[in-house]
Amino acid sequence: MELLYAMTLGVLTTCGVYLLLRARTFTVILGLTLLSHAVNLYLFASGRLVAGAPAIVGLTDRSADPLPQALVLTAIVIGFAMTAFVVVLALKAAVELRNDHVDGENPDEDRL
Amino acid sequence: MILALILLLPLLGALLPALCRRASCRRLAGLAALPALSSLALLLSLLPRVTGGETLIAELAWLPSLGLNLALRLDALGLLFALLITGIGAAILLFARYYFEGSASAARFFTLVLAFMAVMLGIVLAENLLFMLVFWELTSLVSFLLIGFHSDRQAARLGARMSLVITGGGGLALLAGIVLLGQAAGSYELSVVLEAGERIRGHEHYGLMLNLILLGAFTKSAQFPFHLWLPHAMTAPTPVSAYLHSATMVKAGLFLLARLHPALADTELWFHLVTLTGMVTLMVGAFVAMFMHDMKGLLAYSTVSHLGLIMLLLGLGTPMALAAALFHLVCHALFKAPLFMMAGYVDRATGTRDMRRINGMWRFMPSLMVLSAIPAAAMAGLPLMSGYVSKKMLFGESLRVVTPEWAALVIPVWVTLAGLFSVAYSIRIFHNVYFNGKPIDLPVWPPREPRRAALVPIALPVLATLVVGLAPQGLYATLVHPAFEAARQAELAAFDFGALGGSRTGLMSLVALAGGALFYAIRGPLFCLHARLPEVDAKEIFDWVMRRATERSQRRVFQLENGSLQRYLTFIMVTVVVLVGVELLAVARWSGGVPLGPLDPLTVLAAALLCLAAIGVVVFHHYRLPALLLLGVTGLFVTVAFARFSAPDLALTQLMVEVMAVVIMMLALSFLPQQSPRESTRARMGRDLAIAGLVGGGVAAFSFAILTRPQHTISDFFLANSVPGGGGTNVVNVILVDFRGFDTLGEITVLGIAAVAVFAFTRDLHLKERVVDTQPGHWVAEPHPIMLSTVARLVLPIALLVSAYIFLRGHNLPGGGFIAGLITAVAFTLQYMAGGLVWAQARMLTAFRPLIGAGLLIAVATGLGSWLFDHPFLTSAHGHFHLPLVGEFELATAMLFDLGVYATVVGATLLVLANLGKLMTVAGPGKEIG
Repeated sequence: MELLYAMTLGVLTTCGVYLLLRARTFTVILGLTLLSHAVNLYLFASGRLVAGAPAIVGLTDRSADPLPQALVLTAIVIGFAMTAFVVVLALKAAVELRNDHVDGENPDEDRL
Repeated sequence: MILALILLLPLLGALLPALCRRASCRRLAGLAALPALSSLALLLSLLPRVTGGETLIAELAWLPSLGLNLALRLDALGLLFALLITGIGAAILLFARYYFEGSASAARFFTLVLAFMAVMLGIVLAENLLFMLVFWELTSLVSFLLIGFHSDRQAARLGARMSLVITGGGGLALLAGIVLLGQAAGSYELSVVLEAGERIRGHEHYGLMLNLILLGAFTKSAQFPFHLWLPHAMTAPTPVSAYLHSATMVKAGLFLLARLHPALADTELWFHLVTLTGMVTLMVGAFVAMFMHDMKGLLAYSTVSHLGLIMLLLGLGTPMALAAALFHLVCHALFKAPLFMMAGYVDRATGTRDMRRINGMWRFMPSLMVLSAIPAAAMAGLPLMSGYVSKKMLFGESLRVVTPEWAALVIPVWVTLAGLFSVAYSIRIFHNVYFNGKPIDLPVWPPREPRRAALVPIALPVLATLVVGLAPQGLYATLVHPAFEAARQAELAAFDFGALGGSRTGLMSLVALAGGALFYAIRGPLFCLHARLPEVDAKEIFDWVMRRATERSQRRVFQLENGSLQRYLTFIMVTVVVLVGVELLAVARWSGGVPLGPLDPLTVLAAALLCLAAIGVVVFHHYRLPALLLLGVTGLFVTVAFARFSAPDLALTQLMVEVMAVVIMMLALSFLPQQSPRESTRARMGRDLAIAGLVGGGVAAFSFAILTRPQHTISDFFLANSVPGGGGTNVVNVILVDFRGFDTLGEITVLGIAAVAVFAFTRDLHLKERVVDTQPGHWVAEPHPIMLSTVARLVLPIALLVSAYIFLRGHNLPGGGFIAGLITAVAFTLQYMAGGLVWAQARMLTAFRPLIGAGLLIAVATGLGSWLFDHPFLTSAHGHFHLPLVGEFELATAMLFDLGVYATVVGATLLVLANLGKLMTVAGPGKEIG
């Protein structure tokens, strides 16, 4: 189970980073979202993978680690706010620069 | 205490003129003179003790770990300079009172000059070398401001910049040198450094250290080839030139070398570097001064030459050379300041500084002429003048040099020649201005002599020059000799003035006088000859060097930083791979030994679908809408993962957020191109894939390593205390609103700020000039399908009820403010989608920003409420209550806090949504929403 989880994280991260390195703002936002999924899942997993034992007192004998859950919960919400902000930033950039390249200009040639 | 006062009085006094900028120039000068004279009086009160050989030290630890202390020191050497700084400073303030009469910028001048006086005093009074460096750089800065005083003139700005680059650059070198020196000596305190001369001179880095320190001193004291900045600094108002650029600041380098004499001097390297630099500077300055037609230019180059002379004496190493240097330093300050003031008055009276036009002024300014005659004669070194004595001392010392052989031969001839030039330019500035025929085409006519009172600031140093010339022993015995001893850190025999009248020195000064007079007499043909020489403009060289340096560094910077964010991200990722990779490679065992959990087919399927959806996003990222939908799928499977691993709160949150995020991105997508162009080359895609793969592989590897290692958690505390301490069984929620409530407060604040930022951005976003190929063909023709709008209206009350329920139970079961807020927001979002913005807008309250504010206020007020009961911020209270019908239930103040969270989340989410949605309307950004 742990191996599967780690591999899934790896795939999510790989996809996120690859999209992050693309040239168009929208694609970068997609990548950011994937990456934040990966980060949230990773933080969450620092409480270890426990099935069927939510952190509610008296429900089960043992319980999942509530602390990473609390941290990730706010992380998800703030991640949403940041996504919204980046989206608007991308819109603004696209309107003002008349293109949606992350460098603000359509490159005539690859610079790297 | 008195030491600190000497420094602080002018520093605080600098505020006085700044505070009364409307006052008259006379009153401003009075205000400024007050702290200056007080400092002077304090110094004089300490004079008997200090010249008696005492060293006063006052100390206050500042950053002891760095060896940096606020330590002040007053010995005879410091006193000599401090008296010059305050004494000449007082005369300059008086001069400025007349010079700036009727000028609007007088207050600024007085403030800056007092500030300069304070920092200059700091240099000579600092006991700690690092502390001194702070003042050293401050003098460069104040000098920059003063040179650029007339900031509307380009020449002033250029001159200011040049001086800052040269003296500031030298200051950096000095910093490096001082650090080396401090390391060699083991301390930055002067009292230690001065004792450690042997160790320092024997140190392996002595050569480097000396070069760096000399670089600092040479740039500050305008030694060749760094002298260029000084003539260009003459764009400053004349009081500044007289004070900073002849009497005090340019002497800072000389002071430093005199100060560090016991630590650094008297090695062969010192002799060669200091003496040779001094010699070249002396000659270049004296020669160029003769051919300057600008009064202040002549005085500036003559200052350069005198600074070179003193530098030469500092380097010589003969027994009395240092005494001669200090003596001449005082004489120079005393005769150069009045000459500058004279130049200032003549400039004022005639409107020009060009000596080819200013002639025959004796007719117009007889009193000024008489007063100028004395310092000019002193500068030329005529008998009975102070300059005569110091010149004799110089000649005498030059004859005492025995090793090396070339120096014994060359230096006496050299100084005689330089003396000849100095006689010539001294005659020139006096004769040319006051005699030499009639004035030619003066801008101001007729020239009027300044009034009597205005001559007082000139008369004071002139009087001092006279006294020193007539009775040099007085000055020597009271000030110079104690300073000499303090600089050498030894008891020494006094200078023998009786031996001054030697025949060889007499011959040398006779040659200089006669030769100088002759040189001046044949100046006509010489000027013609000089005019034919190719002109070397220092400013052009400087500009060229600066331009080249800027271009170079720009090219270097652009090589790395070409403005491409894409490239920077690549760099960051590669750095991550390298830095983390190096660490990870050292991990010996990936599996930590904790037995792996069992796999079940459903989980494997979900994980596979999650991975497939993520890969699908990558594969289809050129087609943005499908990619976005696949992104939504990954989000849903992340939700599933949270649910699978016992995190119902997270699953609920993620679900709601996913809905909102996809809606918002879809809104944005309708303004953006629907496809991404394929512009990456194959090689580039391969490279990026490799980087991404390495990052992903690394993440997978260390996640696995962590997951299979035993866990040490602090959560047992939360689990144990959730019910007794927080009054709730849902530990996640109790942590959010109670244990870590302060964090949550911070987080909802960030949420609110982000939402308001989105609001601000969309407010004046004009999407009419839409971006590129927005093809409405991709989108549904019917904007608000009837089925959806009907169902949406029915769903709203149910959704709100659910959200209320989730909110209320949050403390005990999965739910709470965050989740309830998101559910509410999603319910309203549905209304927006189903009915359209205008429809929804007309039917709901849209005070979203006030809602965010209210939420935050509720949260803060809940926290503050606990203060009323003498508990720390955000302490919660809870209790059991009984209501008929409802039964036993529990209430906690944390719930109030959760209400704040709820309101903020609802407000922030809807603010973002409504403002993005607003962009969709045909009208564009009309009325503000929220």
